[in-house]
Amino acid sequence: MIEYSYIIAFLPLLSYALIVFFFSKSNKMASGVAITAVLTSFVLSTIVLFEVLADHGPHIFEYEWISMPGLELPLSIYIDPLAAVMLMVVTIVSSCVHIYSIGYMHGDPRFPRFFSFLSLFTFSMLGLVISGTFFATFIFWELVGLTSYLLIGFWFEKKVAADAGKKAFITTKIGDLGFLAGLLILYAAAGTLNYEDIYHLIEHHQIPVIILSAAGILLFCGAVGKSAQFPLHVWLPDAMEGPTPVSALIHAATMVAAGVYLTARIMSIIVVSESAAITIAYIGGFTALMAASIGLVQNDIKRVLAYSTVSQLGYMILALGCGGYTAGTFHLMTHAFFKALLFLGAGSVIHAAHTNDIQEMGGLAKKMPITSKTFFIASLSIAGIFPLSGFWSKDEIFLSILEEGHIGLLILAIVVAGMTAFYMFRLCFLTFTGEPRNKEKYEHAHESPNTMTYPLIFLAILAVCAGWVGIPWLHHGYASFVYHHHPHHPHPNYMLMLIGTIVAVGGIYLAYLMYYKRSIDPVAMGARFKGIYTFLFNKWWFDELYMGTVIRFVYWFMEVLYRFDQGVIDWFVNFVGRFGLFNARFWQTFDVYVIDGAVNGAGIVTRWFAGGLRKIQTGAVQNYAFVVFLGVVLFILFRFM
Amino acid sequence: MDFPILTYMIFIPLAGMIVVMLLNKEAHTLIRYTSAFFSFVVFILSCILVANFDGSTAQLQFVERADWIPSLGITYYLGADGISVPMLFLTGMLSFLSIVASFNITNRVKEYFAFFLLLEVGMVGVFCALDFFLFYIFWEVMLVPMYFLIGIWGGPRKEYAAIKFFLYTLFGSVLMLVGIIALYFYTDPHTLSIPELIARNSMYGYTFQLIVFAAFFIGFAIKVPVWPFHTWLPDAHVEAPTAVSVILAGVLLKMGTYGLMRISYPMFPEAGVYYATPVALLGMIAIIYGAFVSMAQKDLKKLVAYSSVSHMGYCMLGLGALTTAGFAGCMFQMFSHGVLTGAMFLLVGVLYDRAHTREIAAFGGIGAKIPLYTGIFILFGMGSLGLPGLSGFVSEFMVFIGAFGSEYIATWIVVVSILGVVLTAGYILRMVQRVFLGPFNTRWEDLTEMNGRELFTVIPLAIFTIFIGVYPKPLVDMITASLDNVVRIVTG
Amino acid sequence: MATLEHYLILSAILFCIGVFGLLSRRNAVGILMSIELMFNSANINFVAFSKFINPDILTGQIFSVFVIAIAAAEAAVGLAIVVLLYRNFDIVNIDKINFMKW
Repeated sequence: MIEYSYIIAFLPLLSYALIVFFFSKSNKMASGVAITAVLTSFVLSTIVLFEVLADHGPHIFEYEWISMPGLELPLSIYIDPLAAVMLMVVTIVSSCVHIYSIGYMHGDPRFPRFFSFLSLFTFSMLGLVISGTFFATFIFWELVGLTSYLLIGFWFEKKVAADAGKKAFITTKIGDLGFLAGLLILYAAAGTLNYEDIYHLIEHHQIPVIILSAAGILLFCGAVGKSAQFPLHVWLPDAMEGPTPVSALIHAATMVAAGVYLTARIMSIIVVSESAAITIAYIGGFTALMAASIGLVQNDIKRVLAYSTVSQLGYMILALGCGGYTAGTFHLMTHAFFKALLFLGAGSVIHAAHTNDIQEMGGLAKKMPITSKTFFIASLSIAGIFPLSGFWSKDEIFLSILEEGHIGLLILAIVVAGMTAFYMFRLCFLTFTGEPRNKEKYEHAHESPNTMTYPLIFLAILAVCAGWVGIPWLHHGYASFVYHHHPHHPHPNYMLMLIGTIVAVGGIYLAYLMYYKRSIDPVAMGARFKGIYTFLFNKWWFDELYMGTVIRFVYWFMEVLYRFDQGVIDWFVNFVGRFGLFNARFWQTFDVYVIDGAVNGAGIVTRWFAGGLRKIQTGAVQNYAFVVFLGVVLFILFRFM
Repeated sequence: MDFPILTYMIFIPLAGMIVVMLLNKEAHTLIRYTSAFFSFVVFILSCILVANFDGSTAQLQFVERADWIPSLGITYYLGADGISVPMLFLTGMLSFLSIVASFNITNRVKEYFAFFLLLEVGMVGVFCALDFFLFYIFWEVMLVPMYFLIGIWGGPRKEYAAIKFFLYTLFGSVLMLVGIIALYFYTDPHTLSIPELIARNSMYGYTFQLIVFAAFFIGFAIKVPVWPFHTWLPDAHVEAPTAVSVILAGVLLKMGTYGLMRISYPMFPEAGVYYATPVALLGMIAIIYGAFVSMAQKDLKKLVAYSSVSHMGYCMLGLGALTTAGFAGCMFQMFSHGVLTGAMFLLVGVLYDRAHTREIAAFGGIGAKIPLYTGIFILFGMGSLGLPGLSGFVSEFMVFIGAFGSEYIATWIVVVSILGVVLTAGYILRMVQRVFLGPFNTRWEDLTEMNGRELFTVIPLAIFTIFIGVYPKPLVDMITASLDNVVRIVTG
Repeated sequence: MATLEHYLILSAILFCIGVFGLLSRRNAVGILMSIELMFNSANINFVAFSKFINPDILTGQIFSVFVIAIAAAEAAVGLAIVVLLYRNFDIVNIDKINFMKW
């Protein structure tokens, strides 16, 4: 099967083509085809996973694409344990989201198109996962960006949605510049972009470390864009304008994790290059803290989750930067499940309550038992409560940071864990418990249909159990399957587990006091720390900062250049033209007045003389006679004197 | 192949023009279908040409040679290699599609199609002429119908645009003519055969090369157009009727880069190396500058026109690199830009026919009203911003890789050029958003979807965009040997 | 005894009177008469020269007969013109007859 793993990716593409060309009018057929395709992919991925479990590989299959002197760009498939795990994650989450969307998108006039885009996304994402060269990764990387753009802007009649799509595309594209530059550097240095060849060259020290550092950091720029890390994180919260299943699939579980996936793929570089590793770790750590702090005070249910996603992605990046290949990818997997669950749960709430604002919700647990229970499970998981999956992966991350010796980053990570627990339970309590704050919306709320709740239940099971494959005591668990170079079995550090749990419980307890028991008034707290509150509420003013600097500069600069184009270059061209015309006029004048003037002048002078002379012909005969007489007299005088 | 296919390709449109001129000028439908038929024959011939072309060698193929004016050494010399075959194919296809797209012309139909066919004669001729005299004749033959096509069937400022185009290009041609004459008298025995002159390139002195290269370069650069010779382009594009814009962007601009590849570089290799950095620098400026200026445009067609400046900058960057990958990237970009921008102009024309305005701000949310049109437009928009899977990406990537690995130009030029990628995304998405997305502007309540004929003109282009983007191997195989040969000549 | 000089002075006086009359008379008839005077002064010269320089042959006398004949013809034509002028324009004042000009 493994040599045909491209089929896994191409099935959704086939589904996309079928929907676009044949089923663009039929809701049933469109969703049917898309779900069949993704479920088949899921089954095939399972088979591949088992094959990889038997033989870790990597299994590489190469296809010629461009081949000319000085440029060899093959495409290849590279299936190693990480890819196999990612295939599972993507197909599982994608299947759940597909099924969920039947209910969520019910009645939307562009229902078939939605499913076609979902299929296209699944294709791109699976392609990205199985790519065996940085080049192919880049191709699919851009394609997932496109589908993300299309899906964020799915309800493009809303200006905010259209804006958000554009913002997402361009912001990630800025990161992709780095990716592209990194590719160029790598290609110039190594002459190939195949993972395997590059890993080989790095291991044999064929590429100077300085070049590797540059390439590594530049490639990581791509991850910064796609995984919404500081400073390019601003697009992800806005992307929540898209339909909620899209947020779950693309902007929580899979596409944004692509950055983490890419970072894992350059682990060889991170291991060699100290500077790249430090950069990655600190960017991840800072992002985790910043996003979590913003998440504390947001009121839009999806935005809180979005900031939580940014923060958790920061975690993974942090782990990878510390060399925690296993930890980072493990968290990637567990996070995919519980975050998808959280988003789908949030979608279910929004579907029922018709609002995103948690201040308008409250008490929904009674109306929506399944949604609220699964949401609580996911929240417990992300908070890192024993024995849910989040606990194990978070613990792995702490351990990998500790092993690398970054105590500062470790403390930061623990603080973030507490903040995570707090804002997640703030969200839970405000949404599901207490008195309904908007009676009208509460009355209309109802549990979602089965197509939406079944995926929730399925994901809830995964949110609980998926982490068990990585329990440290397990000998043939996750760590001995997905690893860099050689399996890494950290000794379970009970101290860290304890600290993590205490911090998480503390966060939950604080949220409980503030938003359930109401023994601490959140409004009063907000008023007391007004400066910090405003700062966080306005998301550290990143959007305003970018708006005021980069975007303003671009708009200003484009006007300047356009003016320059019209006023200088085109002016010069027109000037040459006008100068030619001026010359023409000048010489025309010269011709008319000087050259032709000379010709006419001769005539004019003659006439002028004649006009004077003819006056002497008076017509009076005596005048003539007198002149004759005078002539005779003069003749005589001159002749004879 | 004994069949003189190139001669047929050149003279069938001429025959078509004569036939069209003999028709009754009121018989509009007959005139339209007759000219479409003749251009379709050329298109079929170009397909046959592609099918019979052997890409494994840099040799000139389909060569035809006959004495013409023996006393001056002028011959009727035609031939094609990997540089010209893709361009001939592009010309055949775009001419046919443009003629179909011009079916809605109602004013002076007969003259219009006659001029169009004459234009095709010139275009095909330029791409297969191998004698300077012949080359120059075809080069000039193109100008005249173009002048009238813009000047008669154009927009409000058509006279200005037509004259600007004509004079600007003529200025370039004059410099080129000077170069040709210089070459003619420099060589002994005098010859005007391009392959012959290339074979003797070692005889040219260094200074001579530098000067004549510059003369040819300006002639070609105006056509490309290279910054800062580009300002005729937006005016000509905006004023020209849709189909003429397509030809202008799709084929005429390519003649500049074609000339550089066919003539300038192989003939003056040392000058090519000397000018590598300036050429790449001009490319870089065009990429960034064109993108910024596009972003500032308020007129849809002008935006596409300026995007051409930016896109042709990639060609120049690839040429400046003097590597096979860079040249191939340039070649790909020529083909891809021809397809993409041709399609963009067709689409803008479709919208203009319905809305009678091209002002971006006048639209908004029309994606909901005409989804098919929007889908196709976004496809080409994505191609133009270099989305993988579409042709633009392949060419950009090849140019970048070729330029980055080049020993002739500095790395920073490439790094700055890469910024163009995000700027392109910026202006394309901004335009897409302001025209198609957002709240629906009820002014366009009765906007209609594309009709069959309009779809017929863009679907082939869409297929090619995707095909080249997904599977570039056929085109790569076609051009590699010839380009490698050129690069070898230049870099020794 | 009258010498040649006396004749010549007489003829010069006559001629001058004629010229003066020709240039100053307003009446066309008067002008014609002045012209006759000038003819006659020439006749006196002819006859005087003939008598004093070569008296044997009568060249001068014969010339003067011719001159008289021509003068008569001239006077006849001149008077005819004057009569016509008078008839058509009702004037004989030569000053007024200046239509033959630019």
